[in-house]
Amino acid sequence: MLETLKARVNGDEALVRRGRYLTTTVLLEVGPNAWLIAISEGRIVSATPGPFVMPSWALALRASEAEWQKFWLSRPPPGSNDLMALIKRRELKAEGDIQIFMANLRYFKEALAKLRPEGALR
Amino acid sequence: MTVTFEPITGRYMHLDLFGRHHRLYVEEAGNGTPLLCLHTAGADGRQYRALMNDARITRSHRVIAFDMPWHGKSSPPSGWHNEEYRLTSAQYTTMILEIMAALGLDRPILIGCSIGGRIALHLALEHPEAFRAIIGLQAGAHVDPYYDLKFLHRPDVHGGEVCAAVVSGLVGPDAPDDGRWETLWHYMQGGPGVFKGDLHFYKLDGDIRGRVARIDPSRCPLFLLSGEYDYSCTPEETLGVATSIPGCEVTIMKGLGHFPMSENPAEFLKHLLPALEKIGKT
Repeated sequence: MLETLKARVNGDEALVRRGRYLTTTVLLEVGPNAWLIAISEGRIVSATPGPFVMPSWALALRASEAEWQKFWLSRPPPGSNDLMALIKRRELKAEGDIQIFMANLRYFKEALAKLRPEGALR
Repeated sequence: MTVTFEPITGRYMHLDLFGRHHRLYVEEAGNGTPLLCLHTAGADGRQYRALMNDARITRSHRVIAFDMPWHGKSSPPSGWHNEEYRLTSAQYTTMILEIMAALGLDRPILIGCSIGGRIALHLALEHPEAFRAIIGLQAGAHVDPYYDLKFLHRPDVHGGEVCAAVVSGLVGPDAPDDGRWETLWHYMQGGPGVFKGDLHFYKLDGDIRGRVARIDPSRCPLFLLSGEYDYSCTPEETLGVATSIPGCEVTIMKGLGHFPMSENPAEFLKHLLPALEKIGKT
């Protein structure tokens, strides 16, 4: 599923523009599976699947597979519709340099929502 | 070219609050029973403009919304530039009662959302005689902080961007784009540290869990309306409050979020109008 992230994010000009000051590497954990997502000036450069021996990242976002699958539904149920909702329920753990996450919060929310079916909730 | 004007009038009120001079912006529309509207944290009275533009409400209600000090078109008091803004229950209560007195409002209906919904519970407990009825939107007795509030006001995070991004998921999924993004625009326009200062009341000072069960709706009817998609004040939290207050009326509004009056007014009015009708008959 993460394979489509690069094309979907990079294909959204407004989203890339919003992320133009963001260059970082994010570790995304979906249950037991991990991806290293390299972002350069708002563009996804690569989404590399794990497992990793010595991953290097600035920000990690970790939740169970079940929680991400609910977040990625076309119309997520209450409590699953937003990264902050998952954080409130202690289901999503944001770790590392949280300044990167908060300074670019709208970017991260909208980039990860790109994995919802086409035409779904932003 | 066709030009139209909304039936809303805005004025600036000068009054002393907490021993300091304040210049506050007040909007109103309509005639009849006063309906005093309290905006959410970090936003302003524009959130109620749909109510002020709806003849079903304004033909029998004088709808009034003020911007709290530091918010919207109201100024912070002189000396603000060296202060940290922090809202307390005592200040918030005083502000509302003083503004009611200054406007000469006789037992208005009070409607407040989020922090406004919380203070509505405080007022239902402490000043029931001052109101015809109280409507709490997204009203809970307490919310635990679920993120580090310091990020709302620091130089390496844009305040307007982060405040809107923090609350963006609180807008319900059925909100039309115009309502969603105008609601978020208000958050983007807040002054530095103002949303954070309001949350001091919402998440720390204004905790009313220990006293909420003492509210007596026979002294002042209490209506609680909460959006299904609000994860800040969840439906469960509102239902918990309602269960502890016999006689209070509670509605969970499907598909709506934390800002029902501004994110999706057409849907919200389907819930508000019956409540106002009921209040009108008492």
